Amino acid sequence: MLISLQNINKTYTGDAENVVAVDDVSLSVDAGEFVAVVGPSGCGKTTLLLVAGGLLGPDGGEVSVDDIDPYSLSTEQRARFRAERIGFVFQQFHLVPYLNVLDNVMAPALVTGDPAARERADSLIERFGLGKRVGHRPGQLSTGERQRVALARALLNEPRVILADEPTGNLDGENSQEVLQTLQSFAQQGGAVLLVTHDPDAVAFAERQVVLSSGRIAENQG
Amino acid sequence: MKISRLIVQEIAHRFLNFVLAVTGVSIAVACLVASVTMIDAGEIQSEQLVAQRQQEVKDAGKKLNDEMRKITKGLGFNIVVLAEDEDIAAFHAQGAPTRTMPQDYVTRLANSEIVVINHLLPIVTRKVEWTEKKKTIVLTGTRGEVPQAHRDPKKPLLDLVPKGKVVLGYQLHHPDKLKPGSKLTINGRALEVAKCHAERGTVDDVTAWVNLEEAQDMLGMQNLVNAILALECNCATIDRVAEIRGEIAKVLPGTQVLERGRKALARAEARNKAKKTADAALESAEESGRQIIESRKAQANVLVPLAVIGSFAWIVLLAVGNARQRRGEIGILRAIGLGSRHVLVLFLGKALLVGLVGGGIGYVAGYMVGTGYSEPVQESLFDLNWLLIALLMAPALSAAASWLPALVAAGQDPAVVLQEQ
Repeated sequence: MLISLQNINKTYTGDAENVVAVDDVSLSVDAGEFVAVVGPSGCGKTTLLLVAGGLLGPDGGEVSVDDIDPYSLSTEQRARFRAERIGFVFQQFHLVPYLNVLDNVMAPALVTGDPAARERADSLIERFGLGKRVGHRPGQLSTGERQRVALARALLNEPRVILADEPTGNLDGENSQEVLQTLQSFAQQGGAVLLVTHDPDAVAFAERQVVLSSGRIAENQG
Repeated sequence: MKISRLIVQEIAHRFLNFVLAVTGVSIAVACLVASVTMIDAGEIQSEQLVAQRQQEVKDAGKKLNDEMRKITKGLGFNIVVLAEDEDIAAFHAQGAPTRTMPQDYVTRLANSEIVVINHLLPIVTRKVEWTEKKKTIVLTGTRGEVPQAHRDPKKPLLDLVPKGKVVLGYQLHHPDKLKPGSKLTINGRALEVAKCHAERGTVDDVTAWVNLEEAQDMLGMQNLVNAILALECNCATIDRVAEIRGEIAKVLPGTQVLERGRKALARAEARNKAKKTADAALESAEESGRQIIESRKAQANVLVPLAVIGSFAWIVLLAVGNARQRRGEIGILRAIGLGSRHVLVLFLGKALLVGLVGGGIGYVAGYMVGTGYSEPVQESLFDLNWLLIALLMAPALSAAASWLPALVAAGQDPAVVLQEQ
């Protein structure tokens, strides 16, 4: 099991009231599996993704990614763990605005210092059709190109898991298809994909669909 | 890709932020370097001024000494040794001695070990009628200075008048427009004018100086002198003259010693006073230099800390602004695996670069301002130590000011940032 979330609880403490974002959720994603988490806004989808990604410690429950509990690691170790094992793709792309395509793709290699990273980056850039845009900055790219850069960055360190939060939210149909096919392909090659989305077309690419409602799993169907 | 590339790319992207930070550091460093340069320039300038004043005092003293020599010479010297039977009242009335002494008196005096007199000049002098011109003159014969046996040779205060030559006082050459080279006859002796003195307003104006032997011959006073002039170089006190009298009496008992040179004494006192005034001026120049330096140091003591504190605060503000601006970027970099250590390096690396560039620019600017606002000095004001200090301290200042914002940025929770966005 590449992703294992057991009885996860997460509550946000506010001045006026506490908000229960995730309430006793258990979810597993196996190697080669593409799972879509759907549900209305504020149902806890993104919180669940952040917990799985080692970015947001749960109040209760157990997390395991590639057989390691990221929250048992120190902050620095957890950061390196993310760099090596997890690829993130976001709706807003989150590219570094002053770095060109190549440097953005290479950013995760700052942590690993892997000398083969450059070769992989070039390969990914070619694969995503960004060869002629390699020196361009995010502001000079189309939205589809930006998301492809983000995908290439997510794949650079050959992670075991990809966590995608509404990756097609800002894309047209053609670009959405390309992104989803990439995620599907990643899963087919033995990786685990956990996709959070509203997009029904995106859900169609997943092998399994988990519906969240008010922080709880309302439906889990394969 | 390396962190350094990320730092450089970010600087290029937010160049204004970098320029503003560099400006802040530059101003602080420039204030420090300009102050130091101005203080250094002040010290050098003060030293040069003092050296210049010292030279002026030395030159003025030398000039006064020369004047003293001339004045003393013109007055007929400081001490005059007269014959035992000389009537002092008649001497003063006549303006010249009337009695004689053997010429070997001067040899005895020269061979004695008297140390209080420096120059001995035997003369024979007498008021005579210049028959060719029908005027009364003082005819003085001098042989120049007699070397003292126990002394090193000194520059003579009165030159030897060669045989056949005559030196004329003002009233003797001026009416007839005589010049050096003119021929004349004094009481039947043909002479050539060697030198013409300017007007002195003393008996010298009616004096004709000839060679001693020639004068003795003209006056019929072979091997006789009627005065020995003794030039006492340290003629600063009356007591000293009394001392000289005592010393001479031991060698030439019975001779009379008169002090001649009250005017010279007055000039000596004036010279001493002038020297004291010059010394006081020198001290004043030194004090003035010290005050300028102290004043500049006092200014620097206020200006430099203010500039450093201001610069520090300015960099803190810019770093806080930069950290806030880069919140999203840092959040995503943390999410994809950069540790807080990497984020610290990102911020502090930039701060060090800001300090290094600011230190360099600040040093150049400060040096130019410092030299521009100082009086020109001959020595170079460039100080490698201060350049090194600027290049070390400025990055340290910049890093220290950026430390807290960098720490806050490094401690940023990526989950919070991602949720916000």
